[in-house]
Amino acid sequence: MPKQLLKGNEAIAEAAIRAGVDAYFGYPITPQTELLEYMAKRMPELGRAFVQAESEVAAINMVYGAACAGKRAMTSSSSPGVSLMQEGLSYIAGSEVPVVLVDVMRGGPGLGNIAPSQADYFQMVKSAGHGDFKPIVLAPATVQEAIDLTGLAFDLAEKYRTIVTLLLDGTLGQMMEPAELPPMRPMPAEMPAWALTGAAGRKKNSILSFRMEAEDLEAHNLHLQQKLAVIADEEVRTYEYMLDDAELIVVGFGTAGRVSQTAVKQARQKGIKVGLLRPITLSPFPDRRLSQLADEARGFLVVEMNAGQMVEDVRLSVGGQAPVKFYGRMGGVVPMPDEILASIARLDQATTKAPPTYKIEGPLVPLTKAHEVTR
Amino acid sequence: MIANTVEVDPSDRVDPLDRTVEELVAQRPKTLSEIDTHYCPGCMHGVAHRLVAEVIDELNIRERTIGVAPVGCSVFAYNYFECDFAVAAHGRAPAMATGLKRVMPDKVIFTYQGDGDLASIGSAEILHAAARGENITVVFVNNAVYGMTGGQMAPTTLVGMKTTSSPYGRDLKMSGAPLKMSELIAQIDGVAFVSRRSLHSPAEIRKAKKAIRRAFEMQLNGQGFSMVELLSSCPTNWDMKPVEALRWIETRMVPVFPLGDFKNSVPKNSVRGV
Repeated sequence: MPKQLLKGNEAIAEAAIRAGVDAYFGYPITPQTELLEYMAKRMPELGRAFVQAESEVAAINMVYGAACAGKRAMTSSSSPGVSLMQEGLSYIAGSEVPVVLVDVMRGGPGLGNIAPSQADYFQMVKSAGHGDFKPIVLAPATVQEAIDLTGLAFDLAEKYRTIVTLLLDGTLGQMMEPAELPPMRPMPAEMPAWALTGAAGRKKNSILSFRMEAEDLEAHNLHLQQKLAVIADEEVRTYEYMLDDAELIVVGFGTAGRVSQTAVKQARQKGIKVGLLRPITLSPFPDRRLSQLADEARGFLVVEMNAGQMVEDVRLSVGGQAPVKFYGRMGGVVPMPDEILASIARLDQATTKAPPTYKIEGPLVPLTKAHEVTR
Repeated sequence: MIANTVEVDPSDRVDPLDRTVEELVAQRPKTLSEIDTHYCPGCMHGVAHRLVAEVIDELNIRERTIGVAPVGCSVFAYNYFECDFAVAAHGRAPAMATGLKRVMPDKVIFTYQGDGDLASIGSAEILHAAARGENITVVFVNNAVYGMTGGQMAPTTLVGMKTTSSPYGRDLKMSGAPLKMSELIAQIDGVAFVSRRSLHSPAEIRKAKKAIRRAFEMQLNGQGFSMVELLSSCPTNWDMKPVEALRWIETRMVPVFPLGDFKNSVPKNSVRGV
């Protein structure tokens, strides 16, 4: 397939269609609405299910229903809408049906704004709903990666009977760049044995997140945790840039990771031995890889478009072996490479006694506009 | 009259002479599981379950029927019906049923919901499923209280009725008047059939069964949304003896929630099971 100029939201929608999504249910919310609109046009053309739900609450429960039938079902939303979906996500997790969710994050809290943000890392990675569970969370940084991870999301959802979330910020949802779409996958002919397809010639199937007896629920919880342990062993994915001889390591996901890459390249030109680790899976988190890197690294800089969320996981992974600093912008502000470069330089100077051999050009960002914290 | 559009497998027919009296008179419906229920003595959920199961048997649709249970006393319905079942989040059964039906239009999908579930927390989901003319069947059991949590005020609690959360009686000024869901839903385009029936006497139970059958037939004919509201008793939370509770339905609930068909579309005989 040749490369085309594609908008992130639409590229994800088409990638989902090519991955064989049977049913899409959603509700309009900026900055993901193009995904819903694209599905509204394409799904009926293909004879697949599309419903614009009355709310995100209804949308996620429609997804739940379609997934119970063994069909590939998905929805998409943005931060406030995802908050409304959390109830349904928890039931889906408890029921172990495969579901794909696309969360195109915007600024918060509350109505916040419609500008790109990564403020919902905690929401999706740590607390996608009540009860002990975690979805698999994939964080693309380019339109191409969003396309590729959409296909992977359906595969992982079915393999582990779990929720897989594509977590991206509004920048990626809205931007256009050249990307290649995969070919159309064939739709599966048979539904899985657990699906609710009617008890014809077999015992009845029930799908529920409900276990009345404490011991039964604990056994179910243990099963879910064991599954997460397997996922942590098998499914960690990272994008690594110039890490081979890196003494300093920048960690950022999605757009923050992508901007950080530019800053790393610029820092290298100044002679700073820095590399980038961009987690592609936020859950499972690349904790072992970070711990390994911490054996050699002088320091870490975590860059996020939030007040510092993933930094907690980096700090846990590094385990005190090296200083972990943070640079973040909030409210829909995307950090610029020069801001990150300044933070890299400061980390470099803070972690070595040797005088710097380079000069930083451009202003250091004053604390009133951005903040840098060391915890 | 509705034309019987359901094909009956000839091998299912048994010569009545081969059956015992018990089988002929009181056979357990195939769709009802052989298991004791957790329902309190005098509760009408058991009767409602049986009516639904009998209709599913009569229409010979058990093997292609998927039920959606609510949160509330009937959360355990998945245990009592011998067909595929999902348990929805509180109030969300119509949304879940929408998802199931949209990807399996040839299957029969029904929800079984109580009044707190359908008329309070799930009021948006039920109204919009109805507005979309979702081709599903809803069995709505209205006993005027939250049963599972111990008898709190529901949207269907009568004015003046004492519950654990309206200890002085439901106050019109404080909590408003009961919601009449059948009347509300009947005026929505896309709704094929809405009926309110009661379970307080054998005669009413027979009428209720007819309505449930008709509701499922609407779905089989592809005519759109169908709902049967069943006035039911909750002796435990009403603090009444079972017989007293049934009388209370008749004398107190029926005047507020009048019985009858609120919407009854002309049956389509040509289209079936869309």
